[in-house]
Amino acid sequence: MSEADAATLTGEVWDVVVVGGGNAALCAAIEAAETGARVLILEGAPRDYRGGNSRHTRNFRCMHHGALGPLVETYDEEEFWADLLRVTKGETDEALARHAIRTSETCLPWMQAHGVRFQKSLSGTLSLDRTNAFFLGGGKALVNAYYLTAGDLGVTVAYEATVRHVGIEGARATHVEVDYQGERLTVQGRALVLAAGGFQSDLDWLARAWGPAAKNFLIRGTPYNRGVVLKDMLDHGAETVGDPTQCHAVAIDGRAPKYDGGIVTRLDCVPFSIVVNKDGQRFYDEGEDVWPKRYAIWGRLVAAQPDQVGYSIIDARSIDLFMPSVYPPVTADTIPALAEKLGLPVEAVEQTVATFNAACRAGEFHPQQLDGLATEGLDPPKTNWARPIAEPPFYAYALRPGVTFTYLGLKVDQTARATGPEGPYDNIWSAGEMMAGSILGQGYLAGFGMTIGTVFGRIAGQEAAAHVA
Amino acid sequence: MSLDVSLQTDPGVIATDPVEEARRQVEICNACRYCEGFCAVFPAITRDKVFADGDITQFANLCHNCRGCYYACQYTAPHEFELNLPRALASARAESWERLAWPGGLARLFQSRGDALAAALIAGFALLFAVIAALPGEGEGFYAYLGHGAMVAIFAPAFLLPLAALGVSLRRYWREVGGGRLALPDWREALLAAGRMRNLNGGQGQGCNFEKAERFSDARRHVHQAVLYGFLLCFASTSSGTVLHYLFGMEAPYGVFSLPKLLGVPGGILLVVGCAGMLALKAKADPALGTPGRSSGERAFIWLLGFVGLSGLLLYAVRGTGLTGPLLALHLGSVLTFFLLTPYSKMAHGFYRMTALLREAQDKRERAGG
Ligand SMILES: Cc1cc2nc3c(=O)[nH]c(=O)nc-3n(C[C@H](O)[C@H](O)[C@H](O)COP(=O)(O)OP(=O)(O)OC[C@H]3O[C@@H](n4cnc5c(N)ncnc54)[C@H](O)[C@@H]3O)c2cc1C
Ligand code: SF4
Ligand code: SF4
Repeated sequence: MSEADAATLTGEVWDVVVVGGGNAALCAAIEAAETGARVLILEGAPRDYRGGNSRHTRNFRCMHHGALGPLVETYDEEEFWADLLRVTKGETDEALARHAIRTSETCLPWMQAHGVRFQKSLSGTLSLDRTNAFFLGGGKALVNAYYLTAGDLGVTVAYEATVRHVGIEGARATHVEVDYQGERLTVQGRALVLAAGGFQSDLDWLARAWGPAAKNFLIRGTPYNRGVVLKDMLDHGAETVGDPTQCHAVAIDGRAPKYDGGIVTRLDCVPFSIVVNKDGQRFYDEGEDVWPKRYAIWGRLVAAQPDQVGYSIIDARSIDLFMPSVYPPVTADTIPALAEKLGLPVEAVEQTVATFNAACRAGEFHPQQLDGLATEGLDPPKTNWARPIAEPPFYAYALRPGVTFTYLGLKVDQTARATGPEGPYDNIWSAGEMMAGSILGQGYLAGFGMTIGTVFGRIAGQEAAAHVA
Repeated sequence: MSLDVSLQTDPGVIATDPVEEARRQVEICNACRYCEGFCAVFPAITRDKVFADGDITQFANLCHNCRGCYYACQYTAPHEFELNLPRALASARAESWERLAWPGGLARLFQSRGDALAAALIAGFALLFAVIAALPGEGEGFYAYLGHGAMVAIFAPAFLLPLAALGVSLRRYWREVGGGRLALPDWREALLAAGRMRNLNGGQGQGCNFEKAERFSDARRHVHQAVLYGFLLCFASTSSGTVLHYLFGMEAPYGVFSLPKLLGVPGGILLVVGCAGMLALKAKADPALGTPGRSSGERAFIWLLGFVGLSGLLLYAVRGTGLTGPLLALHLGSVLTFFLLTPYSKMAHGFYRMTALLREAQDKRERAGG
């Protein structure tokens, strides 16, 4: 693979300049290069961290009729669409969404043909083996495969190349300004594909949108998605979609790294626990539903608590019921000692646990299903798995909101073309997280981020190449 | 139902102790599981939530250092989790061989120091030259230089005593990893896995990431197969000679179309080609993903094994000439050294690997309720 010096970047007018180096960017670059176009990838991250949030993924959601790759049975358009409608509560563009859904079926073989390998659904995720195709080795292996393929096709890649500004005249992009190897370069291209992700790693932006609490959020993915290009396009008056104040946040282990903690920081103990805030008070029904359906709302719930932190407390009977966090629990033989270790008000925690325990009633406890074992006369109630926290040792995990992505993005049409103040741009396309708000206006459907990136990345690459052909 | 969470480590605290460090990384992998399809290690990890020392020893010996999980990992340095599972398991693996070796201490020396191994080889040469000079020959071919009786007197104990020492080590291993009674299907499963080097095929036959970084390649599997089958053929050749000698009264030298030669010549060629290939691949591979501090011992061992094969072939080529005497001393000296160092050199890995595959087959069967 050719890794470029500054003179290479500025030495020619590229056919297609791709901004970003994740899944969407790579799909676009590969499609364009396969038509013979001269393609340049400008990736803001260093090589070790290339691939944005895509390097943290594990699967993509894929329509199919009958077994396909690792996928079993059938997952058809209507079912896929119904799933999407449910999670977005209608905040989606039906034509675009259906287009993504339909095209996903041809993506899987395309991905295989370009080096991606699949594996059967991971242990503990059996419920996804019909809907989501898992990447062997995860998203970083996928990203590696695409970089190799792109390199073999002659695509030039510049790492640590941060695009600061898109030069636009009328409806035409003329160039981009890039910080590269200590210089500000002007790179020219006949077509531009923007695939630089969301803005969730710019904490100041998050704080402006969400409030100062956002400074305490953890960012689950790459620190390089800071929305620089998105902001620049907003300044150009590009049309946007998606709620500019919202982000997708889940509850993760409070000790996770500030950035890039990825999948391993998830915490699955909440349904079997009580969760208290830093004042030692409960604030929501921990047993409302099974965890895969609830982990996303807990991000917001914890974000709304003082200091954006919660503490999930369980007893010895529950410690083996879930995948342990990658962080060891805080452990103590009594509730007061546990509260002490957590730095919580001891009496308040004791009181909360005692009140909860007193509200539990007899009944069958079934960890794997909604067991209806609910508290009585407690506010807020716990409506399933309400079993007294009584048997030492006691364990606790801290919870914090972990941001996955932001919803604000560029508005595109079915050809992935972005829209300016005077209608569609002549030569700017966008793909992936950067335009996903068109389809995922709220909520999230597991694996759909990579579907959107693959479908629209490929379209953007084809369209951009056709434009310069 | 309780879980000993006190075994859990802090993922952010990198340990210097090999077992502790491997445990830290294995716990991260268990929370991630993205690499499940590469090899047998990950499915074995997912069968538990916390890991005792014996579990780590077992994972370490199951890992074939294919490196797929390194290049696929989103947590490699500069990420603060600094995942490098191939290296962490290699470290714990080497540590386990050195700890379990009997008598202790010798393994550490020969695993880590190529010069020690070279010195042992020279001692082996010297001994054989001295023996050949001192004892009268009796018979034809190379028996004219060293009589059959003398050969047996030297090589029978040199072969059997190290095997006994290895047996002690493998028993310790079995106890440490909690092994139980083996069933026939376990043997079949383990032999198939070893015979095909299944854990080097990347899970789907695409190969491993040993020498080409992110690209998959089958080169290492192929050269390792050459070494393994070359070695087994050479061993079969010697065994067939023994059988011919004792059961049929047919004494060496054997002709071209005799069993010992039909097995030994291709075996020797495979062994030499395989060892040369192995050294070439090792030179290309990133040492940061291998066993820290053992590469000199590993390389020296491959040279030794290759030399055993090469000198055997040459010995056959120069038969009937005056070179037979010196070459015989060189060949037998290298064989002697190779035998005696088996429990303490990289050669031991084959035995531990096979034992780990057996334990894996057994554990999988037992947990599936079989
Ligand atoms: C922990 C985690 C797990 C996830 N798991 C899944 C999953 O299993 N399945 C799924 O479908 N989705 C998953 N997602 C969501 C998924 O990651 C995204 O939907 C998808 O990766 C978006 O791809 P993308 O190419 O648009 O953006 P990214 O992959 O984030 O790529 C953006 C790229 O732009 C670069 N960039 C940013 N700014 C600039 C700039 N100014 N100049 C140059 N380059 C720039 C970045 O460095 C990066 O390379 C997960 C997200 C996270 C955080
Ligand atoms: S090596 Fe990395 S990607 Fe693979 S399972 Fe372990 S943590 Fe996950
Ligand atoms: S190096 Fe290869 S064999 Fe070892 S754990 Fe990783 S994937 Fe498995």
